[in-house]
Amino acid sequence: MCFTSQFWQLTVAGLAIGSLYALIALGYTLVYGVLQLINFAHSEVFMAGGFGGLFLVRELVGDTAPGGAAAVLITTAGILGGALAGAGTAFVLERTAYRPLRRRGAPRLAYLISAIGASLFLYNLAGKEFGRLAIPMPDIYTSGTVFHIFGARVTTNQLVIAGAALVMLIALDRLVAKTRLGQGIRAVAQDAETASLMGVDINKVITLTFIIGGLLGGAAGFLYGLVFNVQYTMGFIPGVKAFTAAVLGGIGNVRGAVLGGLVLGLVENYGVACASSAYRDIIAFMILVLVLLVRPSGILGERLGRSA
Amino acid sequence: MSNPTLERGETPGPGSRLPWHRNEDYRRMFSLLMVGLVVALMTGPSGNRDHPTDGFTGSWFHPRVLLFLGAAAAIGVLMTLYDRSKGAGRRNPLQPVIAPITAVRDRMTSQPLLRYSVYAAILVFAVLYPMTLTPFWQRVLVDQIGVYVLLALGLNIVVGLAGLLDLGYIAFFAIGAYTTAYFTGKLPVAPPFTLNPFEVVPIAILATLVAGVLLGGPTLRLRGDYLAIVTLGFGEIVRILAVNGDAFFGTNVTNGPRGAVGIPHPSIHAFGINYDWTLKSLPYYYLLLVLVVGLLIAFNRLENSRVGRAWTAIREDEVAAAASGVPTVKYKLMAFAIGASTSGFAGVLYASKVGFISPDNFLLLFSLLVVTMVIFGGMGSLPGVVLGAAVLQWMPQVLRGKVPPEDRYIYFGALLILMMIFRPQGLLPSRRRSRELKLSEEGLGGADSLGATPGTTS
Repeated sequence: MCFTSQFWQLTVAGLAIGSLYALIALGYTLVYGVLQLINFAHSEVFMAGGFGGLFLVRELVGDTAPGGAAAVLITTAGILGGALAGAGTAFVLERTAYRPLRRRGAPRLAYLISAIGASLFLYNLAGKEFGRLAIPMPDIYTSGTVFHIFGARVTTNQLVIAGAALVMLIALDRLVAKTRLGQGIRAVAQDAETASLMGVDINKVITLTFIIGGLLGGAAGFLYGLVFNVQYTMGFIPGVKAFTAAVLGGIGNVRGAVLGGLVLGLVENYGVACASSAYRDIIAFMILVLVLLVRPSGILGERLGRSA
Repeated sequence: MSNPTLERGETPGPGSRLPWHRNEDYRRMFSLLMVGLVVALMTGPSGNRDHPTDGFTGSWFHPRVLLFLGAAAAIGVLMTLYDRSKGAGRRNPLQPVIAPITAVRDRMTSQPLLRYSVYAAILVFAVLYPMTLTPFWQRVLVDQIGVYVLLALGLNIVVGLAGLLDLGYIAFFAIGAYTTAYFTGKLPVAPPFTLNPFEVVPIAILATLVAGVLLGGPTLRLRGDYLAIVTLGFGEIVRILAVNGDAFFGTNVTNGPRGAVGIPHPSIHAFGINYDWTLKSLPYYYLLLVLVVGLLIAFNRLENSRVGRAWTAIREDEVAAAASGVPTVKYKLMAFAIGASTSGFAGVLYASKVGFISPDNFLLLFSLLVVTMVIFGGMGSLPGVVLGAAVLQWMPQVLRGKVPPEDRYIYFGALLILMMIFRPQGLLPSRRRSRELKLSEEGLGGADSLGATPGTTS
């Protein structure tokens, strides 16, 4: 097979990018769980996280790359900055593009269109305010090979991404499974009307769901910016891929989104080794169409309510 | 209004005893002031990557922000006064404007003579007026407006009539354009025979029809919002293939990012008529006019046929339609394919008019632009869609030099949200569509083929 020669190297890279997809996919899946809607503007939440983290880190980093403990702190600050920017965007998005429609009980098409409008608005506004050129992340640390596993290089960037993603994924899983808010999210996902009769404040749950999705997506935006650049159009491709990951794992299913993200990251990297990196983005779309054809409910099945 | 569950107790009338921050008037004022700030930002100066805050400070810490905030406050006060004066049963303040238009429409429906004379007047205007325009505006009329009117008419079938959301619509336009480039011999791969762009039309329509069926076949069986994202992906696949097609398994197929150059103009050599279209825009305009009028008549007939009624039934309640024996997938596929082939057709005309195509002509943005036109004009309303496309393509030309061209998508995005909040039926709505939207908001029936309304039990 074409990917066996570099199998472990591809696996490491695939898991790193896959954990990013997983983080973004959670935003789609959570919102889908409570609203049964694809949040088309989630890719812009991701983009906002990229810019938020970038500008914060740019303030913190001086002319030379800091080392040691400072680098760890700045990276954490960047992740938090990205997460907050993402959460803020997601909150505003819910208030402006979704809630007015929900109050009126608008049909489904209206939500999709208003989300697309929000997406157009946000990324073009970002292009206007922050320039349309790609912006590199300042050097917080020098990314190099940290150790080898089965002969594959593992870089600092990949460790940071995978580590941060792992912490957030576990935190989210516990949140959904154990806390009162998580219970509320699952209840709304199962049956919004009954949940409201049982005393769940649906609006609050929906807002918080958007915020949680925004925190994860925004953090992912910063982490993505560490490896690639930050640009106003950066959200589109990872957004569609993360959506694919969510569908692959079973949309509405939290663990499914994580699984889907990792699987997508791996398949994409193996696929690139087989075809050409020019077709990297096509692979994800092909998987999406295939999944929808063969098993539209995804690997682990749909519905947030039943998953945790 | 039996608005189910959500927001219960959220909308007390003006003057009720509530903490001030829950009072409708204050909340509206807050929203308006926020909108004022956003508009100030949208119209303000731009920043760049080294000075990311310039745009914000230049918009908000500059006297001009007072203008926007003042306008927002004034609107808020006026709206509050208006509500107070009329009490709870408020009338639409735009009623004096809307009433005569509705009256004319009603008269037109009931009196065929009036209707046809209005159509004739519009047609005469459409024939004569462009002759008085400068070459620049004639070109805008063809390249920008005419082509997009065709596109919007096609997408209207998909979005407006069948209630499906297609976000990769421009891909079919690209397929049409590249088919033209191929059969006129302007792609690096030589065709079996070269054709005149007119002769490519049936081939392009067939190609896009097949592409539409291939794409729609698997996805139209699924929940409607999947279609949106799959078509989005499809649009990107076509573009990426076009960009990377200069090394498609070793052969140069599409010439990559450079695209195809020198696509010939169409010409007629039949029935003793010999006519060549050239660089001039006006002949193209009349060609487009004939086509648009033809399509308007055809689509109007289609809408009121068995097929059109099937689409309406699917849109309003897919389960009920299926139960009454409407083959839903077949009709959805039909709508999708008709839309796709219209787009492909427009692609042929565009390619032969402009003579040059590259993957940059087929960005996702343009798909969204066509969606915006259909929504803005009024989904499912033929005059609305034509008007929507014309206005949205005409405005940027008027605002040339005043608004940076890349910024216009900010406005389009805002327009989409505003339309969905305040006027989901569009500028010139179809009567049936407005009624559906209203009923659907009251919890009766649907208004699209995407499934139940979010937030209700499904």
